[in-house]
Amino acid sequence: MRMAELVMSIFMGAFSLYLMWKSAELPIGWIPGEGPGGGAWPFWLAAGMLVCCFAIAYRWAKRITPESRSEEVYMDSRALKLFLLNVGALTALIGLFHITGAYGAIPLFLIFYLRFMGGHSWLLTGTFAFVTPIATFLFFEIALQKTLPKGFTDPWFEPIFDFFY
Amino acid sequence: MDILSLLFNGFAIAFEPLNLALIILGCTVGLFIGAMPGLGSVNGVAILLPMTFLVPPTGAIIFLGAIYYGAMYGGAISSIMLGIPGASTAVATTFDGRPMALQGKADKALVAAAAASFVGGSVGVVLFTLFAPPLAEVALTFGSPEIFALMLLAFATFIGLGGDDIPKTMFSIFIGLVFGAVGLDIISGEPRLIFGDIPGFFHGINFLVLAIGIYGIAEMLWTIEISKGNAMISQATISVKRIWDNLVELTRTWKTMLMGSFLGYFVGILPAAGATPGSLMAYGFAKATSSEPETYGKGNINGVVAPESANNAASTGAMLPMLTLGIPGSPTTAILLGGMVIWGLEPGPLVFTDHPDFVWGFIASLYVANLFALLINIAFIPAFIWVLKMPFTILAPVIFILCVVGGFVPTMDMHDVWLMLVFGVVGYLMRKLDYPMAPAVLAIVLGPLAEPALRQSLLISGGSFSIFFNRPVAGSIMVIALILLAMPTFKPLKNRFFPKH
Repeated sequence: MRMAELVMSIFMGAFSLYLMWKSAELPIGWIPGEGPGGGAWPFWLAAGMLVCCFAIAYRWAKRITPESRSEEVYMDSRALKLFLLNVGALTALIGLFHITGAYGAIPLFLIFYLRFMGGHSWLLTGTFAFVTPIATFLFFEIALQKTLPKGFTDPWFEPIFDFFY
Repeated sequence: MDILSLLFNGFAIAFEPLNLALIILGCTVGLFIGAMPGLGSVNGVAILLPMTFLVPPTGAIIFLGAIYYGAMYGGAISSIMLGIPGASTAVATTFDGRPMALQGKADKALVAAAAASFVGGSVGVVLFTLFAPPLAEVALTFGSPEIFALMLLAFATFIGLGGDDIPKTMFSIFIGLVFGAVGLDIISGEPRLIFGDIPGFFHGINFLVLAIGIYGIAEMLWTIEISKGNAMISQATISVKRIWDNLVELTRTWKTMLMGSFLGYFVGILPAAGATPGSLMAYGFAKATSSEPETYGKGNINGVVAPESANNAASTGAMLPMLTLGIPGSPTTAILLGGMVIWGLEPGPLVFTDHPDFVWGFIASLYVANLFALLINIAFIPAFIWVLKMPFTILAPVIFILCVVGGFVPTMDMHDVWLMLVFGVVGYLMRKLDYPMAPAVLAIVLGPLAEPALRQSLLISGGSFSIFFNRPVAGSIMVIALILLAMPTFKPLKNRFFPKH
């Protein structure tokens, strides 16, 4: 935990410097007749972030915060496995939105999560995998008229929309 | 007496069968739309506006007003049950509502949110009826310095009274404000902070992307870790007796409810402010005036009551400049204003004299909608509690799907969904190191309001910060904000001179 505290402050400090550099692409000083330049607001805020990172690192060195004194592991192997499985499944879900669309990705995600991660029965898994996309479609596409990505399945929906409209 | 007789005429219109049916339908639809992560009153009103052409203008605005009220009630549901704010107006409800749900007090939090919303809405609509024209004039005297001072006060409460690590809290505020600045510069129109020239950054970072990332993805990853992936999210039971007991217990929070209602209403009538700053300020004020501020963020019921009473009062307040002056106080009222124009009405002072049936029918409908929204909300609480009893391995993927779809819907851009995932993962890693995340969400919401207020103020003063101190209202607010900012400095001195035994 102690090392993670330092690494995070260094990483965020570097990110602050990057934000300052990006903000400075627009004027950061006073422009007569126009007021502060467009980059001034984010530049000085990012500078504030950098100062905070220095303060966090200083407090780490002085062992002021509980995290800077903690000898606990930041993420044990079980937590890391759960984290990677969940983030991996989410990444696949979002990635599949581009390819199979929402109505292909959602059942596949549910089958993986409910059956293989949750150990639920095929009946429950199948029910959720079947009902959830239909409910999502009816609520978002028909009731609210918000179109979700459909990927290569887009043409398959034309008869369904013809039925509703 | 004039107002009373006009109001009674309004009630006669609101209780017409068609209008009453529209109120009940609007409240129910609004409740569910508000409860969906990523959808708020603005989405509901915008999406259903075309449907109002089927009914007369009075019925149309009554329907949209009921959706607005229902959605304001519903926003608290996902904040409490899922830890994901349904809309920006319900962000502050998450701070204490979510810990309450995790402690098995979801029913208490939901009843508190519903009752506080009812009180806020009732106070708001009474004030609306009585003081509409004079209050609108007061609000219009607020200039950029006063608005910026209010924003600073909201941040100062987190630093002065947050109880979290100060550098980490300030970092969280700064990073939220920087994310709020991504997109096009509001004055020059030039692209700003477009990382890697990715087109998705041109429209800025929607607050919901950060909010869902942090309160949806990061929250779920955190819960999965601490529960080892196989725990129930929390235990909660509900019965009519428990609802009644919770309502009786709520009488202790009447001061917070009234404070939130009045503060929310006044902030709501400020142009471009609306319910979000109102609810956040009410939360900050409740915490600042509490005898036990350290319990906020850990499941203090006043932390639910204050923002919920404020956001409902503010939603009514936001209609004040819309109806009386034709200036919308919030995005939702901007759409209502558009609807009035489409229906052939000209918003402004003349609408009160030219179309009294329309105005007073609408005002009376707000009283009725407020009551129905409360009843419908409480009636559905058992259904919301049932959701909590699902095994976590069923609830988690459903919430993940809601997060992904909710992240996509506001901008219809997959870029935002990927960004939400990044925020969720980084937010989870930062949370493990005790970085407070709520200030970042507050900052990304208020940042786009604070920056123009600051720049306009400095432009007026020629670059002098004295403009924030030599105006009575702005100066008073700034002094309070500076005292709050200085409070952590005095804490070590206090501990040194008055050590705790």
